[in-house]
Amino acid sequence: MDAIIAGFKQAIVLLIHGDPQVIEITLLSLRVSVTAVLVSMLLGMPLGTVLALTRFPGRNLVISAVNAGMGVPPVVAGLAVFLVLARSGPLGDFQLIYTPAAMIVAQVVIATPIVAGLSMAAVQQLPPKLRLQTLGLGASRLQMVWRLLMEARLPLLAAIMAGFGGVISEIGAVLMVGGNILNQTRVLTTATVQMTRMGQLDMAIALSVILMALIFAVNLVLTWVQQRSGSQ
Amino acid sequence: MKIAPASRRFRPFAAVLCVAVLVAMLATGCNSQQSSTTEKPAEEKSQLILATTTSTQDTGLLDELVIPEFNKKYPQYEVKTIAVGSGEAMAMGAKGDADVLLVHSPKDEDKFMADGNGSSRKAVMHNDFVVVGPKSDPAKVKGTKSAADAFKNIADAKAAFITRGDDSGTHKKELKIWDEAGVKPSGAWYVNTGQGMGETLRIADQKSGYTLTDRGTWLSTKSSLPNLEIVVEGDNLLQNFYHVIVVSKKKFPKINEQGAIAFSDFIISPETQKMIGEFGKAKYGQPLFIPDAGKKE
Repeated sequence: MDAIIAGFKQAIVLLIHGDPQVIEITLLSLRVSVTAVLVSMLLGMPLGTVLALTRFPGRNLVISAVNAGMGVPPVVAGLAVFLVLARSGPLGDFQLIYTPAAMIVAQVVIATPIVAGLSMAAVQQLPPKLRLQTLGLGASRLQMVWRLLMEARLPLLAAIMAGFGGVISEIGAVLMVGGNILNQTRVLTTATVQMTRMGQLDMAIALSVILMALIFAVNLVLTWVQQRSGSQ
Repeated sequence: MKIAPASRRFRPFAAVLCVAVLVAMLATGCNSQQSSTTEKPAEEKSQLILATTTSTQDTGLLDELVIPEFNKKYPQYEVKTIAVGSGEAMAMGAKGDADVLLVHSPKDEDKFMADGNGSSRKAVMHNDFVVVGPKSDPAKVKGTKSAADAFKNIADAKAAFITRGDDSGTHKKELKIWDEAGVKPSGAWYVNTGQGMGETLRIADQKSGYTLTDRGTWLSTKSSLPNLEIVVEGDNLLQNFYHVIVVSKKKFPKINEQGAIAFSDFIISPETQKMIGEFGKAKYGQPLFIPDAGKKE
């Protein structure tokens, strides 16, 4: 019990003093995961919308693949990205392994199916007549899609939150493709594991507190937006 | 026209979308800035992958001392330290996925060199392994001179023994001691963690088990392991030698050989060796590693 209390005390000291290493690790975590989620939005939202609104042969197969992708273990995604980006792998010449770029790639692989799958569900749960109504009022196809997305904004924001929560707290993949290198690819999750391993529990607790605060803050902003636009 | 008032209603959401796009532009802006700073010197600043053991990282030797000093002297290289077990480090080397190795598993290193995977192998430093166990000492091995005898007693008592089980240098050494003891360890008392030294020590501490550890990791983590103490030390069998290996460019043309040789020469240079000999003295009262460069085994 003493160790836990001492750990929390030390953690607060580290946070207040703004330990430069802790700040750097935090900023890298944010940079990697925010970028990954933005890329997943660009890929996943259109994919989810198309899957929800169109019918084409093989559609069920694609939907099954997306749904299965939502459950892909991050370590498997990490291993796949590692094999492709490793120096002996097919894209080894780009020297991306053990860089933040490789971590972003891995997180995009993890988050895109989540965003796509939840976006599809979000658009699909809209009343089917809304589409016809919008078109009947003279909207172009693009305007119709925009209108539907606006209508589904609450669950769409939930999709983004789920994607972000999935990648910021992930460790297996970023450890494999990032390597937990000091000042280069060390993020909150990998640093927490290393600090625990090294017996520096105060540091590990401090990093965990930051990670939780970060997830809470991001979700607070998104929830605020969601509920605000929802109540109008 | 009817759509206009509707879209006005959703302004907050649209505003957020704008913010998101802005952030995206910012982020990619940062990224392109970042990548332009890393890409531009890519011709000059070349990537150097160092595959090593968890013990060199967990003691702080690499992150706090060797890498910062190397970066100061050779800013043209971007060192990427990947801390895994010796077995995995050599597996990376044998695929050309690492340029230089710092490992401690002499028998496997000999095989690595014999297979033509390395172009040079040099002694860097040594420390020793110690057997640690619960203070209650259920197998009554405290003070045993021979590590093999102690292992035999632990097996006979079926006292918990926590093994790395990860092909690391420490794991290989442990298997060698079991071999000397004439015991094939198996059963519920033989707990395989598959993890690094720090985690394995922590599990030994929590489960009141015995384990084999390098002294460096033990010294740097023992303050958070209240239930453990050293039970066997000083046996010749417990010596732990670290070597630096340059991966063969002949076999793997993509290797950063210049950087690997620079690192190899750097870590065995008299200045670095002196720093290694001093490392940890102030904090633990004894050095974590004893410099070895130039010595024959």
